[in-house]
Formats: sequence, C-alpha cells, structure tokens
Amino acid sequence: MDGINAKYVSKKISKTRWRPVSSSSLQQPDIFATGSWDNEDNSISIWSIGENGVSSMDDEFEGDPQLLCEYKHNGDVLDLQFLDQDRIVTASSTGAVTIFRHHHNSQTLSVSQLWERAHHYPCNNAPCTGVVCNSPEIVTVGEDGRIMLFRADQEGVLRTIEMADSSAIHAVTFLRTTEILTVNSIGQLKLWDFRQPGNEPSQILSLTGDRVPLHCVDRHPNQQHIVATGGQDGMLCIWDVRQGNMPISLMEAHTSEMWEVHFHPSNPGHLFSCSEDGSLLHWETSSNTDTPSLQGNRIKLLIISRSAIAPAGGNQSLINAWLTGDSSKGHLETTHMLPSQMLSVNSLDVLGQCLVCGTDGEAIYVNRYVPI
Amino acid sequence: MEEVDVEPTTTPIPGFDSNQKHLGFVWGPGDILVYETIYKASGGCPFVHEVRKDEDIYSPILRKLFNESHHIFVGLQRIREDLPSKNKKPQFVSISKNYRSVIRACMEELQQVAGIVYVYHVSSCIITLELIWNLCEVLFIDAAPAGSLVLHLLDWVRLHKADVDEKAREVLASESPAEHQAYWDVVISYVLQGRMDEARQVLVKQAALQPAARVMFKLLDNLLMKMPIFNPGETQTLTEFDVKWRHWREEVDHCLQDQSFASNRHLEDICKILVGDEDVLLEYKELLSTWYHFLVTRLLFSHPTVKPTELHYYAQSSMHMFLDTRSVPEPLDSILLAAFEFDIHQVIKDCSIALNNWWFVGHLTDLLDHCKLLQSHNLHFGSNLREFLLLEYASGLFTHHSLWQLAVDYFDHCPEFGRVYLELQIERVPLDTERKALKVIRICEQRQMTEQVRSICKIMAKKALRNNRLGSALSWSIRAKDAAFATLISERFLQDYCAKGTFSDLDLIDNLGPAMLLSDRLTFLGKYREFHRLYGEKRFSDAAKLLLSLMTAKIAPHSFWMTLLTDALPLLEQKEVIFSADQTHELMFCLEELTSGKSVPTPDRPMQVLGYTPPYPLSNVCFPFNLLIHCFIICSNLYSCLARG
Repeated sequence: MDGINAKYVSKKISKTRWRPVSSSSLQQPDIFATGSWDNEDNSISIWSIGENGVSSMDDEFEGDPQLLCEYKHNGDVLDLQFLDQDRIVTASSTGAVTIFRHHHNSQTLSVSQLWERAHHYPCNNAPCTGVVCNSPEIVTVGEDGRIMLFRADQEGVLRTIEMADSSAIHAVTFLRTTEILTVNSIGQLKLWDFRQPGNEPSQILSLTGDRVPLHCVDRHPNQQHIVATGGQDGMLCIWDVRQGNMPISLMEAHTSEMWEVHFHPSNPGHLFSCSEDGSLLHWETSSNTDTPSLQGNRIKLLIISRSAIAPAGGNQSLINAWLTGDSSKGHLETTHMLPSQMLSVNSLDVLGQCLVCGTDGEAIYVNRYVPI
Repeated sequence: MEEVDVEPTTTPIPGFDSNQKHLGFVWGPGDILVYETIYKASGGCPFVHEVRKDEDIYSPILRKLFNESHHIFVGLQRIREDLPSKNKKPQFVSISKNYRSVIRACMEELQQVAGIVYVYHVSSCIITLELIWNLCEVLFIDAAPAGSLVLHLLDWVRLHKADVDEKAREVLASESPAEHQAYWDVVISYVLQGRMDEARQVLVKQAALQPAARVMFKLLDNLLMKMPIFNPGETQTLTEFDVKWRHWREEVDHCLQDQSFASNRHLEDICKILVGDEDVLLEYKELLSTWYHFLVTRLLFSHPTVKPTELHYYAQSSMHMFLDTRSVPEPLDSILLAAFEFDIHQVIKDCSIALNNWWFVGHLTDLLDHCKLLQSHNLHFGSNLREFLLLEYASGLFTHHSLWQLAVDYFDHCPEFGRVYLELQIERVPLDTERKALKVIRICEQRQMTEQVRSICKIMAKKALRNNRLGSALSWSIRAKDAAFATLISERFLQDYCAKGTFSDLDLIDNLGPAMLLSDRLTFLGKYREFHRLYGEKRFSDAAKLLLSLMTAKIAPHSFWMTLLTDALPLLEQKEVIFSADQTHELMFCLEELTSGKSVPTPDRPMQVLGYTPPYPLSNVCFPFNLLIHCFIICSNLYSCLARG
C-alpha cells in the first residue's frame, strides 16, 4: 500500500474524477474534482496534487491533495463528469443537472448552466443518478426512469425518452456516439439508439436467475462491444452486447454493492472496482496474449459463451482477455489497493498512473504509482 | 435523587421574554425543541427553537477527529483476544499514540485557522485533551515503573511546554545571545525540564563572555554533565542508579556549601535547583507556569526513583505549594490530580462533566478497558462503564446528518445494548435517495435486522408507488421479500390493466424471473402476461394450456375468473379445436364454480386486446345471459371435440 495516503476532508465523498489531460502530452493528471453527499451543505471541490516534476519517493507527503476551490451544491452529488478542461457536469439528488465552470486564473468555480427539474415525478423531484458526456452532448438518467439529452450552451432539452424504464436507472455510458447503455435496479442493461425515434430500447440484456440491481457500467476503451457491470451482489460481469443476452463471464468480486467499475483508459488489461464493503480491487489480466493458451484454462468461470473462443488463425492479440476472465489460473490477478476496515468506497477514477478514490469515512486516497 | 456535581449552564433563547410567556419543550435525540407558549389555543409564537448541546460535531475540523479516531477504534476492537496482555501492551501504547497524533493534527489545523474566538477556545480545549490523554498513557497504559516514571513524565511536560525551544531559537539567533534579556530564562527553563545538554550548550555562550569566571562555569558544566539519568535499557538496577544519584547530589550540595557559585546569582540558582530546593523552584513560577511542571521538576531533582504509588502525595503537595490558596481549582487540575492518584474512574467522571461531548471519555475508556484496567463494576442500568460511554457517544453521532455511519460500528462493539440502540436509531435516518436507502439496508442486512430491512423497503416501496413507479416498488418488495406488498403491487398492475386494457411497464413484467414466485398474485401477473404473449405469437394451444392452468391451479384470484373465461372465448371460437375434451370439461367446471361462488363479473372489460370483437355488445348483457353464452360456446366446443373423437 505504498504511495497511498488518506486526506480527511470533513465530507462524505460520493464522486471523484480526474480532470482529463490532453492525449498528446504524456503528463500525469494533477487536478481532480470531488462531490460530496449526505451533508447539510454539499459541495463540489477541485483539488490539486501539486507538481509532478519531482518523482522521488520521499515526496509522498507532498502528494497531499490541496484544495483549490469549492462551490456549494444543492443536494447530494450523485454523479460528476468533466465536460472538458474547464467545465464539470453534476447530477443532483434534487433532480437538477448543473454545469460548473472552473476559472483557472482566479481558482474559482461558478455555475455556468442549470437544468433544475431535469428529473422529476409528477409531484416532486426525482434524483438524477447518472450523467455522461460526449462534449457538447450530455445524457442524464434518473430515478424517474427518464433519459434526458442536453447540449451544453443550449437552454432547453434536446430529447427526452419518457418512461424509458419502470424502475430507477442507476448508471449510463456511451457505447458509440449515438448509442448509450443504461443499467437499472431490476438488473437489466438497455441499449438505446438516439437515431431511432420512440421510447423503446433497441436491446435488453439481463441475467437469468435472480434480478440483481446493477449500479455501474463501463465500456472497454477500445472494443465498443465489451462492457463491464457491477451490482448489488458485488459480482463483476463482463458482457458482449453484440451477442446473446447473457454475460460472458461473472466473477465474484466484492461482498456488497459494487459502486463503480472502470477500465483503465489507456491500458484496458486493467480494471478497477470499488464497493460498499470498503475495498478497491485492481484487476489485471496477464499480458502474454501472444501465446494461444486460451484453450484449456477456462474452468473457473460461471458462464461462458462459445463465441469467445479465438477463431483459428485469428489475431490473438485482439482477443479480449476479459472474455475469458479466469480468476483461478492466474490469468486474472486481483489486488486490494486500500487498507482494510474502511467504510464504503463510493467512487474511484484512474488516469495514467494515478488513482483517486473517495470514501464514506470522509477521506480521499490518491495513489500516484499504480502498477500498470 | 443524587446531587448535581456542577451548576447547570444557562442558555438564553433569543427573543424570549420570560415575563410574558412560558417555555414549552420536548426532548429530541440530541437536542431540545423549545417554543414560547401562553397555554392558550390561539396567539402562539411562530418560532420553534432548536437547542443543541454539542456544537463540536458540526465543526468541519473536528469532524476529521471523529473520522480518524473511528478508524483507530475499529482497528483496536479487532486485536486478537487470545494474545496474553503482556504482549499486547506495546500495541496498546502505539494505539494510544495514534489517538494522540490524531488529536495533535486536529489541534495544529485549528491553530492555523485564524482568529475566531470559538476556534481558539476549542483549540485550547484540544490541547488539554492531549495533555490528559498523554498523562493517562504514561500512568495507566504504559504503566511505567519507578525510574522510568520520572523520565516519561519529563517527556510529557516537555511536549506541552514547547515555547522554550522558540525562545531559545530567538535568543541564539540574536547578535549577542548571552546579553539577550531572555537568556537566563532559556537556560533555567532547560534545566527545569531536565534538558542538561541544551542548557550546557547555551551556557557556553555566557562562559565565553566571562573568561575570568571560567572555572566556575566549568564546574557547573561538569555537574550538569555528570547528572545521572536512569536508563531502563541498561543492566543498571534502580538501587544502583539511586546510589549514583545520591552521590552526585552530595557533590552538588558540596559545591553549594563551598559557596563556589556565590558570585553569580544565576549559577547559584541553577545549583540550588539541581539539589531540588523548593523555594528556589517556586521563585521561577513563571517559567514553570503550571503546578504539574513544578511537580515533575521537583521529582526529577528530589525523588527520581519515585514509585507510582507515591505520586499522589507529591502531586497534592505540589499543587498546594504552587497554586494560590485563594484561586479556585480548575477542572483540569482535579482531573490531573485524580490521574496522579490512579483513580481512573474519577478521571473519567471529571472529564465527562468538563467536556461537552463524549468523544474523549468514550475512546479513552474503551482503550483502558482493553488494557484490563477498569474494574467492571456494573452501573445501575445493566451495562458497564465502557459500554455506557460508547453508547452515549454513538447516540450523539446518530443525531448528525452525516456521521451516523460511524456510529454503527460503535454500536456493534457494545455487546449488551448496542444492537437494540442500533435497531431503534437506524430507522430514523432520513432516506432521500435510493442510494442512501441501499446503504442503510446493507447495514441492517449485515446484522440480520430483518424487521428494519422490511420496514425500510416498505417505506421506499410506498414512496415509489405514490410516484407511480411500479417497477421500483416491485424491486423494493423483492429485496425485502415482502410477499404482502408484492401482492399489492400486482393488484395495482391488474387494476391498471382492467382500466386501460394494456399492461404498463412491460419491461418489468416480461422479465420477472424467479422473483415471480414471491407472491401468488405476482406469479399470476407474470403468467397472465405470458398468456397474452403466447396468444400474440399465435401459439394457441400453449396459451390455452396456460390459461386453464391458471384457473385450475387456483393461482388466479376469483375476481379475475370471469375475465379469464372471457379470454377463453376467442380460443373456443377458433376454427381448429384448441381445447381438448378434458380441457373443455375443466373449463365447464370452472364456470360452474364461478356461478355457484357468486363472484361478480367485470362487464366493461375491453376485449380489443385479444383482437376479438364480439358480435354482440357484451357490456350491455346482464349477468346470467352472459354466462349462458359462455356455456353454449363451451358446450359446442365440447361436442365438436367429441364428434371428432
């Protein structure tokens, strides 16, 4: 657990996100945003972990995050995303969707745009549970079962999918520029295509057996049909949305709800998940994909789809190691990244070699030397 | 009733005129709601005041204290019980140091926050907390024996009198240190704290200035250097050390008698301090600043081999000597005195009274209890002292909108009443979002509190139902395994169907899975929808079989039977025979049962769903004729069946 320090911040953290770094520069990220929840005054805050020039090991203390600025937020921050270098979108428990602007010169935050009743029931507000953006488009989902499409800098709503779901939608992610994937509290993944009119999903996938609510979803950065989800029972599921309506593999991960799952954006052989049980797992598939050893080792899986077998003579390196997910034979290694006996880890984000996570123990942990 | 220990504090309510009105009140879990009243029906006051006892939990800096100490607390509870206590002592000492470092971090942060009076007050309180905890650690947890005891106490005092170093830095940084006005203060402070090396270093400056008195300075330097310090690591026993020390003391005394330092008052004072001359010590009251510093210095120079059991005598006498007899003893003084007397219970009691929240006494008592230092004498209400304090602390946390999550772990480690307290408190946590409800439910499930799980799920399901989110409501009742509520929701679905003719939320009903088995009504709903699906796919024989089974297996509620029989009509009217003879027989049976049971049909049921438009308006037909039609159709089917053999 070297290189990880706790920073106590006096607020329970619900979301942490790194500010994106431009892909051309090889810099490590140095700024992240956090959102709080369950406080009388919630806020979003911007933190900095200082200069990255010096990389000596004694500088662990200097990696302490410093608060740059803070802004009051109405309601719990249920989701937070960076729209671009300067703007952050948040989803609130009051049903509002807000865009904040971070002014670098004065190190202040201000509200740039606000959709107050983005999600609502007929009589009250409904919490907005997820937001995802593909600048300038913003998609939000909520407990009212609606999907909303906004555009930054435009006042109104671009599109509403009413009654998209009869239960609460918990998370959303982009599959392609015009397709999104949502997960809900009755354990279904639904694919939506914005090019089609109407309020019906183009595909519904779910697990047979118990309908376990799903809480998080993330798409593989390079292969758009591979998706990872986590739910109430703490199992990690990898799906291939092109085929069938069942997951490719199920792996036991945590002992309670998995709140977030992320593929590493540049190194997708690594996956990170965090959970209510206070653990943060780092999943690593073995990197020797040039050996065609995919056969014969797939024992410990719960479900496997036949089409995951490599086609003869096919490009082995493209075979996604996640599709075999064999946790017993060393193809998949998992490591705990945090000390034990912690309260729930609500959120994590990973970029480059840096990992940040926030917990219900009102602490933020930053690790700047994630082994990938 | 017992006597009150201290006078209760008065809190004025703003805008309240005690001459005109009375004050009504009601107790809350951590506060009081207060309102003005004149005990009449009308003309009341529009304001309700909330009086909170504990402001500290709302301070953002102190919150870090609560969170960090929670982490340490949980770690402490998980230390394995099977190790003998002897091996655990270093662990306990290190945990105690952890707690103290958390307090210090908090203190430093408070001191950085500029100039608010409240913050200053809290910060000085925090310093006091660390002082008391440190002393408890030295005396109780570390339980230093004679010899090391004085050394530990010296460390204790040095930690809390850090201004010496600052002064020293200032003096040494000046142009001519030996002529700085605070020079001798620095030297004497070092000596009083037993820091002989530093004292010698500073003295050298003076020696350099007075070459004539070189011999004198050398003599004192020698004495300071030779002062024996007990080293617990070495093989030297306490008696050996005592002998050495007495020897040294005689030497110093000898120098005094010889008048070796008569020419320099300061040096003579130092020498007198070295022999433990109390009058001289008292002359330097300002440098000592507290009676416990005086105590420790006194012990260092007069009784370095003091035994723990003898401490209290010296403590009392030191306090009397040092303090003005007219001044009122402060709470801190009585706490420290109780500690020197090794009266742990008195320490805890005095701290409880002096501080306004239970954080300090709760954690300290818990640690002392782990060290097996508290005799478990049961309090009147059944639990022991440690549990009582932790329960009070955790209950206080529960009133906080955010820190309630920490309280759960504290309740877990109160074996007698913790669970009951938790059961009562957890239901009162406000549930604004599904995510929070999930966390609360998870806490309850992990502790097998099924009643609470059920009630929370019911609250959420009812909320969802009110907002017409049937899918959410159903998923909550599935989580709670609440068959009754699932039945209620299914009834809603069926009512909606009867009213509108279509099913809402098909994505839910079509994908119920094994959850269907939670309640009969839910199973019926799922199967009925399946029937519609089969009919839509033109799989008539399967649909027929299903429809029949719904009635014969008694899954369908009686009120729905008429609807089901009417659903059978289009199947009966098909050109090909769908119902077999046996099946038709059963249909007749059901019809008979229905008529004898006097259940009322729903005449307005739209039939467009099945794509069946009746040749006559069924809605206008009265009950018996309706049935007659059914009988006729069923019988004709039966005969056609029989005809084909």
